[in-house]
Amino acid sequence: MSHGYAIVAVLLVAAATLSVGAYGWRFSRTTSDFFVASRSVRPALNASAIGGEYLSAASFLGVAGLVLAFGTDMLWYPVGWTAGYLVLLVLVAAPLRRSGAYTLPDFAEARLESRTVRGLSSLLVVAVGWLYLMPQFQGAGLSLRTVAGTPAWAGGLLVGAVVLVNVFFGGMRSITFVQAFQYWLKLTALLVPVMVLLAAWSGDGARSPLGGAWVSPLASADAHPLYTTYSIVIATFLGTMGLPHVVVRFYTNPDGRTARRTTLVVLALLGLFYLLPPVYGALGRVYTPDLVAAGASDTVVLELPARMVEGVAGELLSALTAAGAFAAFLSTSSGLTIAVAGVLSQDVMGRRFRGVRSFQASAVVAVVVPLVLAVSAEGVGVARAVGLAFAVAASTFCPLLVLGIWWRRLTDVGAVAGLVVGGLLSGGAVVLTLIGDPRAGWGGALVAQPAAWTVPLAFATMIGVSLLTPARVPRHVNRTMVRLHTPEAVDLDRGPAPAAG
Amino acid sequence: MSGTPRVRVTSPRSAAPRRRRVSAVSEIDAQTDLGAVYMSSLLRSQLRLALSVVSVLVALVAGLPLLFALAPGLVDVELLGLPLPWLLLAVAVYPFLLLLGWLYVRAAERNERDFAEMVERS
Repeated sequence: MSHGYAIVAVLLVAAATLSVGAYGWRFSRTTSDFFVASRSVRPALNASAIGGEYLSAASFLGVAGLVLAFGTDMLWYPVGWTAGYLVLLVLVAAPLRRSGAYTLPDFAEARLESRTVRGLSSLLVVAVGWLYLMPQFQGAGLSLRTVAGTPAWAGGLLVGAVVLVNVFFGGMRSITFVQAFQYWLKLTALLVPVMVLLAAWSGDGARSPLGGAWVSPLASADAHPLYTTYSIVIATFLGTMGLPHVVVRFYTNPDGRTARRTTLVVLALLGLFYLLPPVYGALGRVYTPDLVAAGASDTVVLELPARMVEGVAGELLSALTAAGAFAAFLSTSSGLTIAVAGVLSQDVMGRRFRGVRSFQASAVVAVVVPLVLAVSAEGVGVARAVGLAFAVAASTFCPLLVLGIWWRRLTDVGAVAGLVVGGLLSGGAVVLTLIGDPRAGWGGALVAQPAAWTVPLAFATMIGVSLLTPARVPRHVNRTMVRLHTPEAVDLDRGPAPAAG
Repeated sequence: MSGTPRVRVTSPRSAAPRRRRVSAVSEIDAQTDLGAVYMSSLLRSQLRLALSVVSVLVALVAGLPLLFALAPGLVDVELLGLPLPWLLLAVAVYPFLLLLGWLYVRAAERNERDFAEMVERS
């Protein structure tokens, strides 16, 4: 593959990201701008931004690679990532916005009136955020090496630098513009090549990629495919609501009603996008089966256009998919950086720095730590590490949010117990998966996909311990419920807004 | 605007003693038992709606792996040139999720409108 076009395309994406961000810089003046774009983002723009932020390297590259390598069962990842938004819409979207909090720890503290729950939530936000950021940087390194032959650390460094410049100067307001732009870039970068590729495929005799075990569900080499499938379903359906960069977006909606409508548009945008990656995976079965044996199935989206279309046209299409991949790294990393930096600046830096300065200092820490981890640690596999982040989020923040919003009798002790149990069990499984070699049998399946047992245990612990400590139900729970559930148009006493920072 | 504000002195025309009217809003604000009834009616209707959407999602989407496990022959059924599991998982599921979301948003907004009318009318 020629490197010239791809390098130009990646640099163009970086430059466009910086200049669209610069358009937003002019508006960023206050702390509220930096954190939540002063809560003035309309549904259409905000939904594009959420889509842009959510579609990470795992969606852009990972899904096609997994489908190419493992077949039908892997279609559950994009289905789960979309259905996760439906669950989020139905159970938490509007109440979360109405809570009036900036971050997940703000929500936890406002609902449970406890600094301990807040501290634990902050710790988990940073852990999940870094677990999700690390594979983004690693994936960026891998992709830049594939398309441009650079050393493995270069891609991560480029992504980290661009994200930091944007977050540093523009905060959430600038990021909103950047991410809305990146959704449409990513969609174009898959849609245009796929139309050319399908034309080339049908002109080439339209050989069917289907056949064999690849096309059958539950036929993978895993010992327990049904368990694994259900665990993926649980992690993705329930984990989406607990991802820190997803949750922080809801605070940028003007009110609860627009939060719902925004989520609905997001569902449409995600569904549209996820129609495309499986096509790449299926075409890869016909034209690039060698990638599976080489362990490079994640690069199928980047390789396929140049392999199928000859000459400059193929190289340009490959450059376009490379640009889309970089948009994916940049947008997801930006969102995660905002979320982690928001929590760090409120709960760690707040005492030493004030306001915007504190947010900027936190952004540096939020990027540098996972970047160092990504450069020094072995590559884990983008989709796998991202899947683990979903499992941790589903085992911790999902019960906290769902029970906090719908169940009055949740207590601070119950929340802490549930977060600790869910966090330790899923976190332990993550550590075992990352450092240990894969084991066979039930033990291996349970550790590789922990959500199916850690999520129910976390819920059970939170409910059980809360019922055992009825005296610790928060004093203002009724006022909080009024705040969470009543439409803003009704003039009610909702108590004081949660203090930010 | 200075000096003593004018005070209008009126008297109810009817001889019957007037019942003091308390709005639902102030019932909720004062956290009376009646206010709690208003609130739990809103919460219950929204939770019932949410759980019914989640049930449909679980039955129709999360039920698919079980269906594939029980009827492995489905993969040989082809529709529109695609094996049935692929048609369901790669294409049909997305418009279905969107439809479910759209129905939910309509119903949730109707619940909130009903609540707003109920507490503001009284």
